[in-house]
Amino acid sequence: MVEFRYRTDEVTEQPSVTLDAFLDQSNATAVRLEPDDDARALIPFLDRLTLIEVAFPKFRDGRGYSAARILREAGYQGELRAQGDVLVDQIAYMRRCGFDSFAPEASLNPEAVARALANYDHAYQGAADSVVPIWKLRHG
Amino acid sequence: MYKYDNYDQAMVDARVAEFRDQINRRIAGEMTEDQFKPLRLMNGLYLQLHAYMLRVAIPYGTLDSRQMRMLAHIARKYDRDYGHFTTRQNIQYNWIKLEDCADILEELATVEMHAIQTSGNCIRNISSDQYAGAAADEVTDPRPWAELLRQWSTFHPEFSYLPRKFKIAVIASSEDRAAMRLHDIGLELVRQDGELGARVFVGGGMGRTPMIAPEINPFVKADDLLSYLEACLRVYNRYGRRDNMYKARIKILIHEIGADEYRRQVAEEFAHVKTLGIDPPLAELERISAFFAPPAYDAANVEPDRNDLDFALWLDQNVKPHKQAGYAIVNISLKPIGGIPGDATSKQIDIMADLAEKYSFDELRVTHAQNIVLPYVAKRDLYAVWQALRDAELADANLDLISDIIACPGLDYCSLANARSIPVAQKIATRFADMDRQRDLGELKLKISGCINACGHHHAGHIGILGVDKKGVENYQLTFGGSGAEDVSIGKIIGPGFDEDGVVDAVEKATEVYKALRQGDERFVDTYRRVGLEPFKEAIYG
Repeated sequence: MVEFRYRTDEVTEQPSVTLDAFLDQSNATAVRLEPDDDARALIPFLDRLTLIEVAFPKFRDGRGYSAARILREAGYQGELRAQGDVLVDQIAYMRRCGFDSFAPEASLNPEAVARALANYDHAYQGAADSVVPIWKLRHG
Repeated sequence: MYKYDNYDQAMVDARVAEFRDQINRRIAGEMTEDQFKPLRLMNGLYLQLHAYMLRVAIPYGTLDSRQMRMLAHIARKYDRDYGHFTTRQNIQYNWIKLEDCADILEELATVEMHAIQTSGNCIRNISSDQYAGAAADEVTDPRPWAELLRQWSTFHPEFSYLPRKFKIAVIASSEDRAAMRLHDIGLELVRQDGELGARVFVGGGMGRTPMIAPEINPFVKADDLLSYLEACLRVYNRYGRRDNMYKARIKILIHEIGADEYRRQVAEEFAHVKTLGIDPPLAELERISAFFAPPAYDAANVEPDRNDLDFALWLDQNVKPHKQAGYAIVNISLKPIGGIPGDATSKQIDIMADLAEKYSFDELRVTHAQNIVLPYVAKRDLYAVWQALRDAELADANLDLISDIIACPGLDYCSLANARSIPVAQKIATRFADMDRQRDLGELKLKISGCINACGHHHAGHIGILGVDKKGVENYQLTFGGSGAEDVSIGKIIGPGFDEDGVVDAVEKATEVYKALRQGDERFVDTYRRVGLEPFKEAIYG
């Protein structure tokens, strides 16, 4: 279930299909990436996708962070959802990598999530969000 | 030295608040220990055999007297009055209470220090040459580059859940004092056509599968470096093995796909990443470099009086030439005979801070060999510095000799260890306590690990000792011929292992063989490389 969503458009109703199924057919507009899947396989189709769901079967498996950045760097504008073993203290990094909705397996305390997201005013490095890196603030 | 601006300070302050919140949620039961573990590890907090251990970052091993005094204060107030300097140029405290951690971090933040990313599967503290800024042979000072990397890697959103830990070292001399090629990424700063850049080595490491990092790129320009490193890390984050934690380091990926294929993938990723505009302008490196401008040298070039024999011996062993005439680099040994390698009491830490303030332009360094350096001492002050060190039992003249042992904490502290390291180090140092004998043996780097994870760098020891558990009994394997320096090599196991006293005897026999066979000014490792293992084996097992 989507517990946190940082977009204003309508939630996609279509269920997401696997990457293999998507590449085989299809006119699906929602796709689900497992950690082993190559996010770059979706790049030719980003225009017609409205939802990409990235699975986190274990929170320690950080491949989905790179998948998210690759998709945003390729210009993907649709919903990018982190699903699975998603924890409070991962959400800020996931936001920076371009995720804008979250479907954690175990429900999260919204106040703790809000605190985690508000904790840092700045960041040292550029990423997939609109945060201006500190070096750029220093040099204008 | 680098000084925080408001942005840097806000980052560490926010980290303290965040970690306090995380600890509170853990104590309130909102997180399981499994969920808390990676968070506390990314703050350097381990659960060891007897207590929590807190590892505090000393970025590229550089600190000032105010920071050094804070380390003493923490040892005094929150621990048992001592700290342990580590092979990654950090300090760790072995007897910390979980409920004190946020307060400790808050105190550290008042002196621009933290414990960020001193553990966990993320980019760890950046290490460097302890003689940076003072070494006669450096192309440039590597510390501004290390600071640039510190900032880039801090709270990196994409690379905080890597397959495994990730260690980066930066040097700028052909002499390698930082075991650069035994890091996940080793950078050697070089000049090409007048321009500074980095020679990039990837995929080195020790642990259970030691490997020497191959060169992946002979020259990456300064303003491409962060993009290039992002590309290196992204390929690893995506394709590094996650099915087996013992095969998860980048060295295994590169070993499996080959350096050429890894290089190709990085080049492809770099071509893309470079378009994203994530590289700071050179002005940022220049801003940082300004903090590392040479100090206001003013001493005349006078040679110290060598009449005091003990002082002269210390000068010859522990004091190194400086790039500036009239100055010298002082190494403070934390390896007293019979002591615990790398340990210092609060009082000793304070004394070293005082000496740095008075005699070394307020700077100290921590070395990967677990010693301390005063990098800018005027030669006229050397005798006064030595006297103060002697009075604090810090004047052991054994730098790079057989008793200057690197040892991990071993089974006395560590929950991963199979065998004790510290008592073996103490016994070897005691066996060779006679300093004339040590000096006669010359440079002999002896390194001890209490388990296969190799935190004591045994693979890189001229003589390495690896403690293993053999059917419930501690057993010690010997390796010969390793090196972490520019002649980098991995030591080879010489034969069956020994018990604790047996390994001390075997080391002694090896030194006798060396003395009998050495030619000219050969070091132990040179003789071993020339004659091979056989004569040593015969003497030890024959």
